[in-house]
Amino acid sequence: MTLARHTAAALGIALVLAALSVRLSPYRDYQMAEVAAYVVAVAGLTVLIGLSGQISIGNGAFMAIGAYASALLLLHLGWPLELVFAASAVIAALAGAIFGVAAARLRGPYLAGATLMLAVALPSVAGQYQGIFGGDQGLAVTIITPAFLGASFPPTRWLAWLTCAAALITLVLLANLSRSRVGRSWRAIRDDEIAASLAGLNVARLQILAFVVSAACAGLGGALLAVVTGIVAPGAYTLTLSIALLTAAVLGGLGTLPGAVWGSLVLVLVPSYLTNVAAGHGLSGGASSSVPIAAYGVILIVVMLVFPTGIQGGLRRLFGPMTPDAGILRGAPRRRAAASEHQKEGSV
Amino acid sequence: MNRSHPMKRSHLGRPAIVLGAIAALAVAGCSSGAKSSSSGSSSSSSALTASAPGITATQILIGSHQPLTGVAAPGYDEIAPASNAYFQYVNANGGVFGRKIVYKYLNDQYDPTITSTVVHQLVLQDSVYSIFNGLGTPTHLAVAPYLNAQKVPDVFVASGCECWNAPSTLPNTFGWQLDYVREGKILGNYIKAHFAGKKIGYFYQNDEFGQDGVKGLNYEIPKSQVVASESYNPAVTNVAPQVTALKAAGAQVVVSFSVPAFTALLKLTSLKLSFAPQLVVSDVGSDPITLAGLLAAFAKNTTAGFGSALTQGIITDGYLPSLGETSNTWIQLLQKIHTTYLPKLPLDGNVAYGIAVGYTFVQAMLKAGRNPTRQALVGAINAGLPQGFAVAPYAYSATNHDGITGAYMAVVKNGALAPTGPVQVTDTTPTGAITTYSTAQPAAPASGVPSS
Repeated sequence: MTLARHTAAALGIALVLAALSVRLSPYRDYQMAEVAAYVVAVAGLTVLIGLSGQISIGNGAFMAIGAYASALLLLHLGWPLELVFAASAVIAALAGAIFGVAAARLRGPYLAGATLMLAVALPSVAGQYQGIFGGDQGLAVTIITPAFLGASFPPTRWLAWLTCAAALITLVLLANLSRSRVGRSWRAIRDDEIAASLAGLNVARLQILAFVVSAACAGLGGALLAVVTGIVAPGAYTLTLSIALLTAAVLGGLGTLPGAVWGSLVLVLVPSYLTNVAAGHGLSGGASSSVPIAAYGVILIVVMLVFPTGIQGGLRRLFGPMTPDAGILRGAPRRRAAASEHQKEGSV
Repeated sequence: MNRSHPMKRSHLGRPAIVLGAIAALAVAGCSSGAKSSSSGSSSSSSALTASAPGITATQILIGSHQPLTGVAAPGYDEIAPASNAYFQYVNANGGVFGRKIVYKYLNDQYDPTITSTVVHQLVLQDSVYSIFNGLGTPTHLAVAPYLNAQKVPDVFVASGCECWNAPSTLPNTFGWQLDYVREGKILGNYIKAHFAGKKIGYFYQNDEFGQDGVKGLNYEIPKSQVVASESYNPAVTNVAPQVTALKAAGAQVVVSFSVPAFTALLKLTSLKLSFAPQLVVSDVGSDPITLAGLLAAFAKNTTAGFGSALTQGIITDGYLPSLGETSNTWIQLLQKIHTTYLPKLPLDGNVAYGIAVGYTFVQAMLKAGRNPTRQALVGAINAGLPQGFAVAPYAYSATNHDGITGAYMAVVKNGALAPTGPVQVTDTTPTGAITTYSTAQPAAPASGVPSS
C-alpha cells in the first residue's frame, strides 16, 4: 500500500504548500512555482541517472519540446490546461522513446555525448522554422486565473498551486515507480548489467523506459516553466539549462526525490539571493553582475565537498532516520553496496 | 505644465566648480533658473506623497533587465550604468520634484526566461514604479504583455522593434530609439541616391531587428539592384558562407543590419576573402569605438589603431549628435556626466545612448507631475515629449508609441561619426516620404536637467 502512503504524504505536503502560498508574497509564490517546475524536470533526471545509471546532458531539450508543445497547444487549439500538460509530457516522452532507442546502444561518455548533441542542436530548430516557433523571440504563453477564485486572487498564487500540484503528482508517481518492479530492475541494471540480463531482465527495453520516463518529466517541467514565465524562447533551453538540471540533481543527491527538491530550491533561490546581496552592497556594475555567478560556483563546490552524496545524503547522515525519505530512493550509485541494498528493499 | 523644480537650481554651482571649464554654461543656467522659481512656488506647497508603487516622498524606484554578462553584454553592459550616471547627476541637482531616482537593473543574460524572472522580482518584490529601457527584442517580448496586464509603465524599451508601437494591445509600452524600419528607409534612400546602378547585397540578423531593417531598405532600394540577401544567426559566429555568397553575387555595396560583433566578423571575413565592398551599417552595429575594440580582439591584433583603421569609411546613420562634435551642447553635457560619474567607461555610443534615454525618462517624469500615478506617466508620454538628446523629434502620441523619428547619414572618420547630410525624418509606412528636418536641434538646458 505504498501508493496510499505516498498519496497521503503528498496530500499533507499539498496542504502545507497551500497554506504557505497564502502567507507568502506574490513574488515568493512565483519563485515557488518556478521551483516546482524545476522539481518535475530534475526528479525525472535523478531517476534516470540515479536509478537506471544512464547519463543525460540533454534533458533541457526535452523541456524545450514540452514547453513548445504546450505553447502551440494553448495558442492554436486552446485546450484546457490539464490536458495541455498531459499532452506535453506525452509528446516529450515520444521524443524520449525515439532518442532512447539510440541511447540504449550507447554507454557512459558516448551516451552523454549523444544527449549533449541533442541539447546543442534542438534550440536552433526554433530559429529555422520561424513561422511555427516564432524564432528567437519565441511564443507567448498566457493563462488566465480561473474565475471561481475571484478577481482579486493573485495570479502568482494560482501558478504556485498549479505547478505544485503537478510536481506532487509527478513525485508520487515516480516514488511508486521506483518502489515497483521496474524500479528494482533499473537498480539491478545500474549495478551490473550482465548480471541483470542473466537474471532475465530486458536491459535495452528497461533503459529506453527510463529515458521515456525522464523525458516525460522534462516535458512536463518545460510546460510548467512555460506557463510560469509566460514565454517559450530558444534562449531559455540552451545547454546551460541541461547542465543546470544536472547540477540540481547531483547537488540535491542523485537518485533521491527529496534531493530533486533541494536541488531545485538551490537552482532558483541561490542565484537570485546572491544577486540581491551583491546589488545591496553597492558593488560596481561589472562586479555586481559577475560576483553572484562566481559565488554560486563556490557554493556548488563547497556543498559537494561537505556533502559528497548531495544535500539529501548529507541530511540523512546528519539526522539519520529522522530525515524525510518519502521517495525511498537511495543515494548515488554505490556499486559495492548494491547487494545489501537489494536485501533491504522490501523492508523499508 | 510650468511647475518647475526650484530646488535643483541652487545646486547648480556644484558641478561647475568640479568642472571649471564649463562655468559659462552654469552661469547661463542660473539666469534661466531665476525665471522658473517663482512659477514653481505654488505647486511646491503641495506635499510629496507616495502616489504610486515605487514612489515615496523621497524617491522614485525604477527597474530594468539588462544583459550584464553573456553574449550581448560587450558594449550593451555600459548602457544601464550610463543611464544611472545621468540619474545620479539629476539627483545631485535636486532630483525630480525633489525625489531621487533609484535605478535597479538586474542581469538577464539576454535569456528571455531569466528576463521573466527578474521582471517578476522587480514588479512583485521591489514594487518598481516603472520598467525602464529593458534591453533586447526577444527578452523584452517575454515581459511586455505581463507588464501591460499589471499596468506597469514599460517605457523606452532598448530595441528598435516596431512591435513596441502597439497602443491598443500594449498601451503601457513605449519604444525610444529610431526603429529599424525607419532606419532601413533612411539608409535605403541614401543608397538609392548615391549608389545608383550599383549591385547591393544585404547582410542581416535573422530576427525582428534584421527583418524590420530589410523591410525598410526594400521600401526604398529598387529590387533589381539587390543581388544577394544573406542572413546570420547570432549563435553561429562563422559568417564565411554569407560573405562568400555576397562576393559571388558581385555586391559592390553591402548593407548590414548587424550587432557590433557581427559587423566586426563581416569586416574581418571580407578581408580574409579579399572582398572589399562599401559597407553601410545600421546604427546598432556601427559604434566606431565598440567596433574598433571588437575588431582588434577578434583579429588578435594589438597594434595601436588597427581596429580604428578598419572602421574608416563605414557609412552609417546617427540619431544622437555625433560624439565628434565637441561644440554641441548635448555632447558637452555627455562629457560632463561621463567625467564625473563614469570615469572608468569609454565615452562611446553606448554611454551616449544610456545617458540620452535617461534624459528622456526625466523629461517624462517631470511631465507626469508632482505626485504621479503610474497612469500619469503613460498619459504624459501619450501627450508627447519635447525633443531631447536626439536630432529628430519623438513620435509619441496616444496612437503612436514610436520614439525617435529620424537620423542623419554619416561616415566613420577617425573613430567618430562625421555627418554627411541633414537630419531626415520619416514614418514606418512603405510610401511615407523621407523629408529633411530643418528645424535646428534645441540646445541642451544649461543645467543638464530638462525643464518640465
